Amino acid sequence: MTKPLHTTLDVPVAAGDEEGYSLRMGPQHPATHGVLRVDLELDGETILECTPHVGYLHRGFDKLAEHRTYAQGLILTDRLDYVGAMANNVGYCVAVERLLGIEVPLRARYIRTMVSEMSRICSHLLWLATHALDIGAMTVFLYCFREREVLLELFEELCGARLTFSYPRIGGVRQDVTHSFIRRLQEFARTFPDWIEDYETLIDTNRIWLKRTRGVGVISGEEALDLGITGPSLRGSGIRYDVRKARPYDAYALVDFEVPVGREGDIYARYRCRMEELRQSARIILQCIDQLPPGPIVGDDAPDLVMPLHGHPGKEADASRWGTGLVRLLRDRALFPRGEVYVSVEAPKGELGFYFVSDGSGRPYRMHIRSPSFIHIGALPTMAKGAMIADLIAIIGTLDVVLGECDR
Amino acid sequence: MHVLVLLLQILVLFAVVMLHVAYATYFERKIIGHMQVRMGPMRVGWHGLLQPIADGIKSFFKEDIIPEQADRPIFLAAPIICLVAMLTSLAVLPFAPGWVLADINIGLIFILAMSSLSSYGVILAGWASNSKYTFLGGLRSMAQVISYEIAMGLSLVGVMMLSGTLNLSKIVEAQGTSFGGMYIFPQIIAFFVFCVAMLAETNRVPFDLPEAETELVSGYATEYSGMRYAMFFMAEYIGMIVMSAIGTICFLGGWNGPFTVPGVPFFWFVLKIYLFLFVFIWIRATLPRYRYDQLMELGWKLLIPLALANIALTGIVKAIIG
Amino acid sequence: MEPMAIGKRLAEEFPGEILDTCVHAAQVSVIVRRQRIVEMLAWLKRTDKIRLNHLMCLCGVDNRDRMQPPLQRFEVAYSLYSITHGHEFRLRAQVPEEDPRIDSATPVWKGAAWPERECYDLVGISFANHPDLRRILLPDDWQGHPLRKEYPLKGHDEWSGFTDLLHKVEELRPFDFNPNPALRK
Repeated sequence: MTKPLHTTLDVPVAAGDEEGYSLRMGPQHPATHGVLRVDLELDGETILECTPHVGYLHRGFDKLAEHRTYAQGLILTDRLDYVGAMANNVGYCVAVERLLGIEVPLRARYIRTMVSEMSRICSHLLWLATHALDIGAMTVFLYCFREREVLLELFEELCGARLTFSYPRIGGVRQDVTHSFIRRLQEFARTFPDWIEDYETLIDTNRIWLKRTRGVGVISGEEALDLGITGPSLRGSGIRYDVRKARPYDAYALVDFEVPVGREGDIYARYRCRMEELRQSARIILQCIDQLPPGPIVGDDAPDLVMPLHGHPGKEADASRWGTGLVRLLRDRALFPRGEVYVSVEAPKGELGFYFVSDGSGRPYRMHIRSPSFIHIGALPTMAKGAMIADLIAIIGTLDVVLGECDR
Repeated sequence: MHVLVLLLQILVLFAVVMLHVAYATYFERKIIGHMQVRMGPMRVGWHGLLQPIADGIKSFFKEDIIPEQADRPIFLAAPIICLVAMLTSLAVLPFAPGWVLADINIGLIFILAMSSLSSYGVILAGWASNSKYTFLGGLRSMAQVISYEIAMGLSLVGVMMLSGTLNLSKIVEAQGTSFGGMYIFPQIIAFFVFCVAMLAETNRVPFDLPEAETELVSGYATEYSGMRYAMFFMAEYIGMIVMSAIGTICFLGGWNGPFTVPGVPFFWFVLKIYLFLFVFIWIRATLPRYRYDQLMELGWKLLIPLALANIALTGIVKAIIG
Repeated sequence: MEPMAIGKRLAEEFPGEILDTCVHAAQVSVIVRRQRIVEMLAWLKRTDKIRLNHLMCLCGVDNRDRMQPPLQRFEVAYSLYSITHGHEFRLRAQVPEEDPRIDSATPVWKGAAWPERECYDLVGISFANHPDLRRILLPDDWQGHPLRKEYPLKGHDEWSGFTDLLHKVEELRPFDFNPNPALRK
């Protein structure tokens, strides 16, 4: 699919126009959502060949994780998709728990579901904001940031961080929710659907928006699957695949929600899918609040990684033994089986998977992150071929990529 | 003596328009800010009132960066061409009865010519910067201006037919002082075409393709900095003012209003211009951007046929009524 | 279909290719030889009632520190999922150290191209018939493959592109803009 540039000669071009126009977009460009670089071969404004280059933000998380304990690895996941970091944290924890066979108490599972959905709303809001801005609708951008701010403040109340949460932990969550948090979240989730209508009045039936998104960046369900596209981008093409339904984790099996599916597979269908997902997320949050059971937030067999926080006297860090006393890490417990496991969660961008190989030591022998953004950018050449420059911007927007996640 | 008076008039007009340009940017930021649930400039002066002045001073003192590979003379001249062409077209605008620098017979054509000329500045800027983004921006601008110039010119033909003149003062006079005399009523189609073409001519949203920041970084102005960059902006805002003035003169009855404000003969004229400017800004806060081919399609397939139909219709009606 | 049953059918279809089957956390993985991997993947994707049509994860692993037979130095793990039937399955193709090469899965899944490039980049397994096998995350002139176990966490030395940049900075330092001439050396 990505052909090297010297083989583009077989692309038919108009006579006398053999000398294509090549344009390098990025890594510094306002619309490439970070440090994506796309090399374009153009005929006028039509894209003949599009070659994305990634890796400008590569930090070697796979390698770093091999040198950290499972508990320490968690903070790496904050830095993957920094727009919806909570979903990454949850994904990592779910995968490690599956690998180590740790049970998570029900309350923690509900809380995690709740924060995952908050994270999804955050991420989708940012997606909508930047996507609309890419297409030129500036006001949507600021409307979305208004609501996102509410969520970030909620996150701050929950765990003290606004972007890099590291809130879930292996075997549960780090801290229990407070009454005021629940109250504010409930209020938010109740009013949020009205706010979605705000955005929709601006762009949903706007003729220019429709012109820019309908029939652009079309990809059939089959092809999308072939390219490994997941998440709302796949569902926009009519394939009902959502990890939350297919392989439920946390409390997703216990709450009622729908998976919106589009048909046309164009930018507009994906846009509609994500907008519906926002509504469903609000619904899930409300259900989680209603059903939230009492009980512990950390499993009994969870590894003794505890920040010296209130509530878990038995699991407080033993400062004398571990020096700094902040994080107590397990190295020598017979907890770690040998084997490998691939567990994925439905992150806002798509299927975020963790492939762990454990050799019985307290550190992952190999951790591979299947990041949806990476796969989606891989699909970009197929989707952008024959489109115009302005469409490319819209397509990058609709794939909803975050380069931190792509490059790892 | 006459020359001195004329010079003074030019100076006053220049100062007033420049002040308007500065504060048009301020009001744009304020209005869009409030439409987007934020405050806009608030820091410099009371509610940011001195912000445009600060911006002006800043851009004066910024380094004027010229790319090494740029075509130097053209690169330096391009923003000046833009600005001068736009400023020149101010000369023929009648702000009130008799308030016009050059009351020439072909005022309308003159303005169209000047606005085409200013697009040379844009194209040359795109070319001379020797950068791919600016080049694409320049190309887009060229295609856009050519297409929409036609639509705009044709939409004004109906007005010319009704008034029988190209002199802007006479066009206003031909509309009479009554509310119903405004050409917006008989020329509603032309007014629609004019409004769309006006947005495209001034490179404003939803037709701001030449400087589409998410696609072409900053379009033709990507390589410019400091004062030269500011000149493009001034030209854009003067263009907005000029186009608003044309709209006011040709369709909204110029300086005529429901009553005359004593001592301020240009009161209604300026008010109508402000109305237009507000619409410009309002649209910017609301609409997404067209794609290049869709823009062309709209121009050639919708606006030009509409304008032509309007001419035919106007002709027929005029022939029947007499 | 149960994943174990898939493994059985795979063994019937490709006799001698399956080296071992292991289960962990209710996930079945089958250790296979590398020679007919593309055929196996295509078969798994296209056979009725199996239809593992979603390539969830493709990654390379360096087995240096856990080389009990039948494992070889490298392996490529293909985690598959069937959206139609809802079962998952994993193939682990063994790749020897002397000849780190395996056929590319791109004929079966176009989307395998980038994960394979990543695998080539970081683990150093090359993929035959790959349409565009280049480094992807690291610069083109990078030395070594970081996810191999012998590669140290901090790398061997600075990437040449970075040292070049540092030299360039030194070279241009005399022309540096310094608002305070008194501080200039």
